[in-house]
Amino acid sequence: MPHKLEPISTIVSTPYVLDAPNIDTDQIIPARFLTTTSRDGMGELLFNDWRGEDGAFTPALAAQSKILVAAENFGCGSSREHAAWAISDFGFRAVLSPLLADIFRANALKNGLLAVEIVPSVYDAIAAQPDAQIEIDLESQTIKAAGQEAQFDIDPFARRCLLDGVDAMGFLTSRISDIEAFEKARA
Amino acid sequence: MASTTLYEKIWSRHTVIEETAEHPAVLYIDRHLIHEVTTPQAFAELEARGLSVHRPDLTTATCDHSTPTLPRRADGSYPYATDAARNQVETLEANCARHGIELFGWGSDHRGVVHVMGPELGLTLPGSTIVCGDSHTATHGAFGALAFGIGTSEVGHVLATQCLLQRRSKTMAVEIEGLLQPGVTAKDLILGLIAEIGVGGGSGCVIEYRGEAVRALSMEGRMTVCNMSIEAGARAGLIAPDDVTFDWLAKRPRAPQGEAFERAREDWRTLRSDDEASFDKTISFDAGRLSPRITWGSDPAMGAGIDAAVPPPANAAARDALDYMQLAPGKPAAGTPVNAVFVGSCTNGRLSDLMDAARVLRGRRVADGVRMLVVPGSEQVKREAEALGLHEIFLAAGAQWREPGCSMCLAMNGDGGQPGELVVSTSNRNFKGRQGPGVRTVLASPMTAAASAVAGAIADPRIYAEGSDAA
Repeated sequence: MPHKLEPISTIVSTPYVLDAPNIDTDQIIPARFLTTTSRDGMGELLFNDWRGEDGAFTPALAAQSKILVAAENFGCGSSREHAAWAISDFGFRAVLSPLLADIFRANALKNGLLAVEIVPSVYDAIAAQPDAQIEIDLESQTIKAAGQEAQFDIDPFARRCLLDGVDAMGFLTSRISDIEAFEKARA
Repeated sequence: MASTTLYEKIWSRHTVIEETAEHPAVLYIDRHLIHEVTTPQAFAELEARGLSVHRPDLTTATCDHSTPTLPRRADGSYPYATDAARNQVETLEANCARHGIELFGWGSDHRGVVHVMGPELGLTLPGSTIVCGDSHTATHGAFGALAFGIGTSEVGHVLATQCLLQRRSKTMAVEIEGLLQPGVTAKDLILGLIAEIGVGGGSGCVIEYRGEAVRALSMEGRMTVCNMSIEAGARAGLIAPDDVTFDWLAKRPRAPQGEAFERAREDWRTLRSDDEASFDKTISFDAGRLSPRITWGSDPAMGAGIDAAVPPPANAAARDALDYMQLAPGKPAAGTPVNAVFVGSCTNGRLSDLMDAARVLRGRRVADGVRMLVVPGSEQVKREAEALGLHEIFLAAGAQWREPGCSMCLAMNGDGGQPGELVVSTSNRNFKGRQGPGVRTVLASPMTAAASAVAGAIADPRIYAEGSDAA
């Protein structure tokens, strides 16, 4: 069975805030867990080395939220899609940060995980009021959080895929005749 | 015709379908490099959808991340760290066999870290597009190829269609003037640059490295610089090809040969940004003032000259990093005791890197209590190093001479440090736990790593320079 994606329209939840910049993919899921050949079960390993008594990640609290919020440059480092799989499998549907690392964002959006950038003032408001509910509406590209309302940017193609619960493979395979014509022309 | 950048020239040669507001461009990929870690789920998805590999001939595989660097056992088996690691490599072998993909795997003369192997074989060509499920794919940009890391879903896209959906990136020119001082290498250059622009300084951009310092670098040095573009958050790094590039490629088995090479070279000479081309961002950097660099924190931008003091923490993240590293601000990190040293990786696992380390180690000993691993980047690097006798220098010094692989760079094959240990490493990332839980990683050049092994503490390689009495 091809991997299934759930369509996204609105996400309403209190956030789970990690108030640290440059959270890299080795923190999200350490490399020693990457010997798997499956994409399932990664949620249990999310922030593995941040768990425990003094850890910055509290699974029981995080599990009550659908929206992960982190300071700038979240997801920097490796290209491992396991990071997006782990966040999604844990139960998050969205990741908000003032700056998202390129490859992480691309991976998340291909996995039904709404990863979008928010302006620093919205981030600050969320970090100051982590108990306040957040509403994300993908159709209108708006976010209501901690008394603020703001627009967010998202690539129109990625947005369509998320709204419809499909990934980009279908688009590419439907263009295979263009691709073959390109190959022929440059041969 | 309007003036264009090198990036735009390569982009336009590979656009199958132009981007619109509704969809990104369909970009053709000339070479897809694959390895065991980021592909099994992509092959599984392909099979679940009943798709085949569109161009197995443009796909090249190796195994490097999960592979042991210890030699085979007496019974001929490979000493994998776990059954999962073995299964992952065997899954790659099966997928390559099923889909007709060439695998430079166990037993191949060319197996190696994917970004060392590709250029060595001549698979990395100027003006081409190269992708791999690995963020250090930017390495290949040293040849004037547009090369970047992708996730596993995109690996599936390229397997199925040889194309990716991509939005055009912004462009950033980094003009690097001045020449590197003795004892200062390409690694120090890129660490110095990242410290200046920050780990997000290149976000959304393809960086083109230009200027006299870049022209003066060897191909190996250029690869080291482009390799770490991702550590500044950049999508890719590029260096326009020149005679250094062409001379390097002329001997490579998979590069065009004979007349085909001559024709290709004429085309490759056109691969440069036009003089009037404009970049979204331009910065200048002086390479001449650099000292050997080390990192003192938990990301590659948290670094300083080895002769400088660790700066006072500018923010909570820096305080947290210093706490993790157990380093004090206001005094140099040099002199801090070292537990282990790693020379290798796609950043610094090439022959010239091993030669740098060997020059420092020749006639000296790794300090008591310090473990040093030297891991060649590929089978070819290993052969060439052994032909030069470098392995004898490493072994005589008390270092371990291992089989090729990613090894301690990301510590997923069983090689790594113990909690609390300090490792001076020639790899690319000093993230917390990167080399094992609780391990403190200091990034440095091969010379600095070797000097630190000898001193048993973080050390300035210039004290061990040839002809120096200080040694």
